[in-house]
Amino acid sequence: MIKINNLHANIEGKEILKGLTLEVKPGEIHAIMGPNGAGKSTLASILAGREEYEVTEGSVDFDGLDLLEMDTEDRARAGLFLAFQYPVEIPGVSNINFLRTAMNEIREHKGMDPISAKEFMAMVKEKSALVELDPKLASRSVNEGFSGGEKKRNEIFQMAMLEPKLAILDETDSGLDIDALRIVANGVNTLKSDKNATIVITHYKRLLDYIIPDFVHVLYDGRIVKSGTKELAIELEEKGYDWIKAELV
Amino acid sequence: MSYTEHELAKDLENQEYKFGFVSNIESDQIPKGLNEDVIRIISAKKEEPQWMLDFRLNAFRVWSEMTEPDWAHVHYQKPNFQDIVYYSAPKQTKKYESWDDVDPEMKETMKKLGISMEEQKRLTGVAVDFVMDSVSVATSFKSKLKELGIIFCSFSEAVQEYPELVQKYMGTVVPTSDNFYAALNSAVFTDGSFCYIPKGVRCPMELSTYFRINEGGTGQFERTLVVADEGSYVSYLEGCTAPMRDENQLHAAVVELVSLDNAEIKYSTVQNWYPGDKNGKGGIFNFVTKRGICETNAKISWTQVETGSAVTWKYPSCILKGDHSIGEFYSVAVTNNYQQADTGTKMIHLGRNTKSTIISKGISAGKSSNSYRGLVQIHKGAHNARNFSQCDSLLMTDECGAHTFPYIECKNSSAKIEHEATTSKIGEDQIFYCKQRGISEEKAIGLIVNGYCKEVLNQLPMEFAVEAQKLLTISLEGSVG
Ligand SMILES: Nc1ncnc2c1ncn2[C@@H]1O[C@H](COP(=O)(O)OP(=O)(O)OP(=O)(O)O)[C@@H](O)[C@H]1O
Ligand SMILES: [Mg+2]
Repeated sequence: MIKINNLHANIEGKEILKGLTLEVKPGEIHAIMGPNGAGKSTLASILAGREEYEVTEGSVDFDGLDLLEMDTEDRARAGLFLAFQYPVEIPGVSNINFLRTAMNEIREHKGMDPISAKEFMAMVKEKSALVELDPKLASRSVNEGFSGGEKKRNEIFQMAMLEPKLAILDETDSGLDIDALRIVANGVNTLKSDKNATIVITHYKRLLDYIIPDFVHVLYDGRIVKSGTKELAIELEEKGYDWIKAELV
Repeated sequence: MSYTEHELAKDLENQEYKFGFVSNIESDQIPKGLNEDVIRIISAKKEEPQWMLDFRLNAFRVWSEMTEPDWAHVHYQKPNFQDIVYYSAPKQTKKYESWDDVDPEMKETMKKLGISMEEQKRLTGVAVDFVMDSVSVATSFKSKLKELGIIFCSFSEAVQEYPELVQKYMGTVVPTSDNFYAALNSAVFTDGSFCYIPKGVRCPMELSTYFRINEGGTGQFERTLVVADEGSYVSYLEGCTAPMRDENQLHAAVVELVSLDNAEIKYSTVQNWYPGDKNGKGGIFNFVTKRGICETNAKISWTQVETGSAVTWKYPSCILKGDHSIGEFYSVAVTNNYQQADTGTKMIHLGRNTKSTIISKGISAGKSSNSYRGLVQIHKGAHNARNFSQCDSLLMTDECGAHTFPYIECKNSSAKIEHEATTSKIGEDQIFYCKQRGISEEKAIGLIVNGYCKEVLNQLPMEFAVEAQKLLTISLEGSVG
């Protein structure tokens, strides 16, 4: 699905990613953990196509496409989805209008006709129920005045609507109450198939109790320094990152 | 990444002003220049009654004494008033009796402009008066409106057919001496629209005037007068375009609205005069005086979407004379490249319990300058007057400018006046968020800007709102930087 090879990236002259390598196959769920400032969101942003970052070395293959050569919107149309750590508000633009525009752009890209209003609304109904998103939120302006938890749920709702191949969830669990956490996890698990994959960025093992990852990686100082299974998350929770740091020297 | 900024810039240069074509229609023009004789010629060509000529001559004398104002936050080469053709009319000056009589080239022009005049296209439910180079060319749905006693015709026709109405109201809201351009217009205006809604009648369709400048070297000076008699209602739309030319052309219009007791007038404008090229060459100077007066319990609502013109100078205003009258102003003004706009409103509260609302959304891109200038005036007798103003500015680049000049004059302590203003830069984060969902940059800007203007766009009649949204998106294509 995605093959990240020896990725180096700078922002404002400062190297953040220092040779990151990671492969995710269809049907897999990978968790990335790591201390604050390690470069997790940076990785997500670069994969999504944020232009502030300068990639100095390495390559990313996404389903046979040279991801780094693609525009942000083309990456999205090819099936890459990022659930933002801090979802953005767009006043005056309804969630529905936003999603319908997105969906139709993606469809157009695939040579499909625009979705009919009826079909679209049926889908909104189904998917908002899946993440237990208050239907009223669907017609409100994108994220405007949403609570922190509602914003995160809205990200998962959008993911459910757009049905991406690869979803990257950047700390979608932070700020969620325990019920919301379960709901979001349930959403991710329901959408899981052998054709798509998910990268979950999180600080807490808690989320991984609900979304069972196939692999857990530790991102530290711009590199994946340790990989394992769910057991690794448990170990991290017990010992903290100092343990990894100690191991590295 | 594959699409560089350079390519984008190239694409945009090629993004032509869609209405920039010139129609090859023979015109009847008089020589350049302005003096009493020219005014007499205009009046004679239009076979006007003496009172109309007198009105013009008086205006000309008033104008000759005045100097061009320069308080607005705009910079431009002042027009040479002797270098303008004051009368230009498409050759066949007689009004068409039926659609079939319309000259094919003219029909083609209207088609290109997207104006449907054919009566069978009733579906759109809009009656149109088409004014080209200061002459009304055709008016649709006239007979149907007549059944309800509604008069909707060209200004010239009104002067001939309804002199008592014209004489009673013309110049009562915008007096000749009001300002330099209003005086000029009063002297030389060649046509425009006239509309009268009788007592208690709710006009069943949108009335619309489409203004088009076609000839070069001409100025367009039209006059619109809308009178809503007691308890009536009308929604009026106005659209404007002009060909692309290197010269600056002057458009100095006067619009007067009279809303009598319990009447309501909704006046919407989508102004898309040619804005000049990307280097600021050419474009229309749009110096317009628009004002309405509200009697008791009456309402006037101005909605404008201003995307065109090289220089705009325009303050649609309301005189809230009657008790409980209401004035509203909803505006979106977009400037790009070297465009300059100084626009806003005046709300003059005279009556008791009068209420006004001002919502202004300025969007600046390129190297443009966009100013809001507003005056809220509460007179002594205006007990319990209320005003709410909100002026927001959105910047698309670091090189453009946005300015807000809100003036408040309050002579009655019971008044409640609220003013809010914000300035923000279009969010890179918002654009990125949209793009990450598969939405192209252009569409993203369109979405964000339309969202930003929503309160104003919501005021427009449906068909117009769709047009306005497209226009906003086109006007701002690739303008983020
Ligand atoms: N625009 C920027 N300018 C300068 N430094 C930046 C910028 N964006 C990120 N950084 C730096 O890059 C480093 C990695 O940040 P990043 O957001 O990727 O961390 P993270 O692993 O997601 O952390 P957290 O767990 O706190 O979310 C940090 O030191 C951060 O300060
Ligand atoms: Mg982060």
